[in-house]
Amino acid sequence: MADTMQFDLVSPERRLVSGQATAVQIPGADGDMTAMPDHAATVTTLRPGVLSVEMDGGLQEFVVTGGFAQISSEGTSVLAEEALPKGEVTSEFLDERVAKAEAARDAAEGEAVDTAAKRVADLLALKDAL
Amino acid sequence: MPNLKDLKNRINSVKSTRKITQAMQMVAAAKLRRAEEAAAAARPYAERFNAVMAELASSVGDSDSAPKLLSGTGSDKTHLLVVMTAERGLCGGFNSSIVKIAKAAATKLVSEGKTVKILTVGKKGREQLRRDFSDHLVGHVDLSDVKRLGYSDAQGVAENVLTRFDAGEFDVASIFYSEFETVISQIPTEKQIIPATFEETEDAGEATIYDYEPDETEILADLLPRGIATQIFTALLENAASEQGARMSAMDNATRNAGDMIDRLTIQYNRSRQAVITNELIEIISGAEAL
Repeated sequence: MADTMQFDLVSPERRLVSGQATAVQIPGADGDMTAMPDHAATVTTLRPGVLSVEMDGGLQEFVVTGGFAQISSEGTSVLAEEALPKGEVTSEFLDERVAKAEAARDAAEGEAVDTAAKRVADLLALKDAL
Repeated sequence: MPNLKDLKNRINSVKSTRKITQAMQMVAAAKLRRAEEAAAAARPYAERFNAVMAELASSVGDSDSAPKLLSGTGSDKTHLLVVMTAERGLCGGFNSSIVKIAKAAATKLVSEGKTVKILTVGKKGREQLRRDFSDHLVGHVDLSDVKRLGYSDAQGVAENVLTRFDAGEFDVASIFYSEFETVISQIPTEKQIIPATFEETEDAGEATIYDYEPDETEILADLLPRGIATQIFTALLENAASEQGARMSAMDNATRNAGDMIDRLTIQYNRSRQAVITNELIEIISGAEAL
């Protein structure tokens, strides 16, 4: 079994990380999951949360607000809508997202309300965790 | 024949024009480099996204549960053309060439009896389209305040398009933008975004079977709007690079033309000056002879 796998974290604007990782903890929409080498091929969407990567250089943590992850035999790629190193995240950044999500929740109808409410809750949980 | 002072003024004014065009060319060159870098940085995301979407789309495929964004509304009566141009002029044929293909497409659709709606992004395109297609313009996205193009700008455009789609305002949407090839060549391009199309990946032969969490349809419903935003973002970045490239070569030409014009005017100026001197000499000599 290989000890490491290729890991890429990309956002629409830039590539944040590309390298060998031993484990990646992904905040999946249905719950956290940790991808290690030879994980079963999976595609999952992300909820707002912290993504931690164990790499040669140690543990790296990023805040993601959404997107999806693709795990395959070749490695793991996370395509985040927005991704920032954990240290660079300010509470204003999160407040802005929370306000937006709340506005979306209030405007939503039917089933969309639950989805929007979950996003607000996820964002608030993320804010508390930081 | 213009007198010497006029010529001198003219030469000075062309010289200052040349300075301006030269400065604009250099600014465009610097901006082009940044725009190209931004486009290159966005490429890995767009490529992977497309690859995953293509896989998902083929697995959910034509089933009835496929979202409308993928399968279409089942009709193609109303078309939305999203015409993306620059906010500023002085970039050669950049804006006109995008507007030209958009106009051609609109005319063709109208002649086929379809309803055409036009959403413009960028001031210049709206100005040009207003002349012939003012009845078809349904909206405009203003990006003139945007200094550095971000994903959120593309999301804004995408939201605008998606709200219209959800409201049933159109069946098919295409974007018009300019693909950046080189500094001297930008290709005006038309691309359909709704119903979504994805380029097939090369290694489609032995596709990996993925587990989906949550299930395929839900993921697809979540990702399709993002896919549209991503496609618009890519197009906006290509457009930004193309605009700067076009401006750079247009300004380069303008600088060269100004140089030629200065040369010509200088020759004319010197000739007139000599003519004046000769005239004066003749007058003096003939005056002296008359005595």
